[in-house]
Amino acid sequence: MESIYLDHAATSPVHPEVLKAMQPYNETFFGNPSSIHRFGRDARRGLDQSREYIAQIINASFEEIIFTSGGTEADNLAVIGSANANKHNGKHVITTKIEHHGVLHAFQYLEKQGFRVTYLDVNEQGVVSLDQLHSVICDETILVSIMFGNNEVGTIQPIQEIGNLLSEHQAIFHTDAVQAVGMEPIDVKVQGIDLLAASGHKLNGPNGIGFLYAKKGVKLSPLLFGGEQERKRRAGTENVPAIVGMKKALELTVKEREQRKEQYNHFKKRMLDIFNEAHIPYHLNGSENEGLAHILNVSFPGLNIESILMNLDLEGVAVSSGSACTAGSINPSHVLMAMYDDESLSHSAVRFSFGYGNDHEQVDKAAYLVIKVMKRLMKLK
Amino acid sequence: MSAHISGKDKNDIRVVVGMSGGVDSSVTAKILKDEGYEVIGIFMKNWDDTDDSGFCTATEDYNDVIRVCNQLDIPYYAVNFEKEYWDKVFTYFLEEYKAGRTPNPDVMCNKEIKFKAFLDHAMSLGADYVATGHYAQVRRTNNKVELLRGIDQNKDQTYFLNALSQEQLQHVMFPLGEIEKPRVREIAHEAELATASKKDSTGICFIGERNFKEFLSEFLPAKPGEMQTLDGIVKGKHDGLMYYTLGQRQGLGIGGAGEPWFVVGKDLDTNVLLVGQGFHHPALYSNGLVAEGLNWISGETPVESFQCTAKFRYRQHDHGVTVEPLPDGSVKVWFDEPERAVTPGQSVVFYNEEVCLGGGTIDVVIKD
Repeated sequence: MESIYLDHAATSPVHPEVLKAMQPYNETFFGNPSSIHRFGRDARRGLDQSREYIAQIINASFEEIIFTSGGTEADNLAVIGSANANKHNGKHVITTKIEHHGVLHAFQYLEKQGFRVTYLDVNEQGVVSLDQLHSVICDETILVSIMFGNNEVGTIQPIQEIGNLLSEHQAIFHTDAVQAVGMEPIDVKVQGIDLLAASGHKLNGPNGIGFLYAKKGVKLSPLLFGGEQERKRRAGTENVPAIVGMKKALELTVKEREQRKEQYNHFKKRMLDIFNEAHIPYHLNGSENEGLAHILNVSFPGLNIESILMNLDLEGVAVSSGSACTAGSINPSHVLMAMYDDESLSHSAVRFSFGYGNDHEQVDKAAYLVIKVMKRLMKLK
Repeated sequence: MSAHISGKDKNDIRVVVGMSGGVDSSVTAKILKDEGYEVIGIFMKNWDDTDDSGFCTATEDYNDVIRVCNQLDIPYYAVNFEKEYWDKVFTYFLEEYKAGRTPNPDVMCNKEIKFKAFLDHAMSLGADYVATGHYAQVRRTNNKVELLRGIDQNKDQTYFLNALSQEQLQHVMFPLGEIEKPRVREIAHEAELATASKKDSTGICFIGERNFKEFLSEFLPAKPGEMQTLDGIVKGKHDGLMYYTLGQRQGLGIGGAGEPWFVVGKDLDTNVLLVGQGFHHPALYSNGLVAEGLNWISGETPVESFQCTAKFRYRQHDHGVTVEPLPDGSVKVWFDEPERAVTPGQSVVFYNEEVCLGGGTIDVVIKD
């Protein structure tokens, strides 16, 4: 049985060119970039080149990039690090109800530490309201964290408008761009972003690597202590091969951005067309054309999500319910609950996410297998 | 293995194994996989016992399921039946205790969860069978399925399976029914399964290793009262009738001369726990019982009285009985010999030699 991987928003295969770029840094330039010898310098060169490139694609500068172990660490450092370093200016922080748990649980931690947290609502498309943000922000507010593109439904937030709104305010503006970086053009200066988190493995880079952009002058308390790497904001020997790999992955994604987006939007349309032709009742979550191109989220109300996912897996189609779930967890998606407040829609959602290696045949085949499974489950009901 | 679907190769027969993370269900999956079936492992989460430190037995058990399934190279999933378990099993469990009876949640769990909610889920995955690590056997003859005792008489679990129907049993496989428990451990060790040395779980699954009294008191208010002899002599205080079961000796706290004291009865109206001296206290003995909620595995309800053997609790020897069907579907059961500590709420399960005929819930105990 052929397996079709449509879960690229969870993680993605490493691109052969990324592997090729990483290889010398595992075999030949394996030194510690802080060492004084030649091996160290060779590694340092790869590290610096990667830092330079990554800074440039989001219009940041070299010294504003902090490498981390991934998106979660970057988000944690942004949220907890900036709140702790700035609490003398106030203890109010703002985020949204639809953040990734890497942000959401960091805010819940802050809440336990005595910060006052406001969780912004979203509309049925999953978009926050600037009016609400405007009405809750106050002199005490020190941090606003609003994700760039949502990992479950793909909704993109009005980042530049938020940046503008916050430009005259003391609050630091953080955005979790793990799903958006590479796929969407980002300019931290134009968009008024102070902190931005990203990771490597969603874009065919390696697992276990990410970065945080931190605008010069933004105060951050470190989460890890040790050596003086990353300007003392993130201790620990840099994972140079992974950093070089992430840089290569970003380079490939940015280069092919428009073709990829066009292709993924076409995949989306194709899947929905096939569902429509088969008269399968479904509900599209998020926007077909305005969200992240690689994410398609569809609810099949009345059907059991666990059955859907297991059946699709047994048919060889790898998808997910949105955010990764734990052993027998029945919690409906917090993102969809924030959008609709409807358990039936929130508990029957399937996320298809496209990426490197997917083609039209796979997408068609997957759509027909979805129909096969849905028809069987509807008959059993 | 007795399961055959005409015209289907074993590798086209999909068997979903209910895996608990214990050695029995691990070996069940291993045997079926070795026999060539298409095997899928599914863990059922029926209860959440997450403590303050975030520790949850179900998470640990599921991790063991994952390890074993990867060793066997079979897909694995987890399903959540917490709501179903609460509604169908736990609510019944509490109601029975409230009524002063001693319930049997395992019987209810098999009937409502493992061989209903879980079976339905397996069917939605296109399964031909579900298999579990129960020590019991199924025999398929002439479009009927019979439930037989496991070969290992010491482990036989048909007592807990007495409430299953033909429809349920048609889709069931019990590979362990044909082997003995020590062999199960051996197979696990030979295959170096991650659960080979894992301790068998004991007691009621949702209570686990915890103190039963403490657990029950979280859900039902305890009404302390007096302990009295049958003559009305007060012997002490009890903590709540629900904490005691007929024939119990431990935990009464009555000392003094003579034979040890036992629970011989409960008076719900006056909230009195009746106690008596001696293991063979006459009040503990009965000659018959009335059972309700009968299930006959063959699907045919008997109309004439018949003789067979019966168990009144798990792991008990069989006792000769005469079953007298009553017009309302319940039965009277007459014992060949007086029986000690037959307890309302428990199951009475009937056997004809190796065949489990079915059973019901003991409602009333008949003396003389």
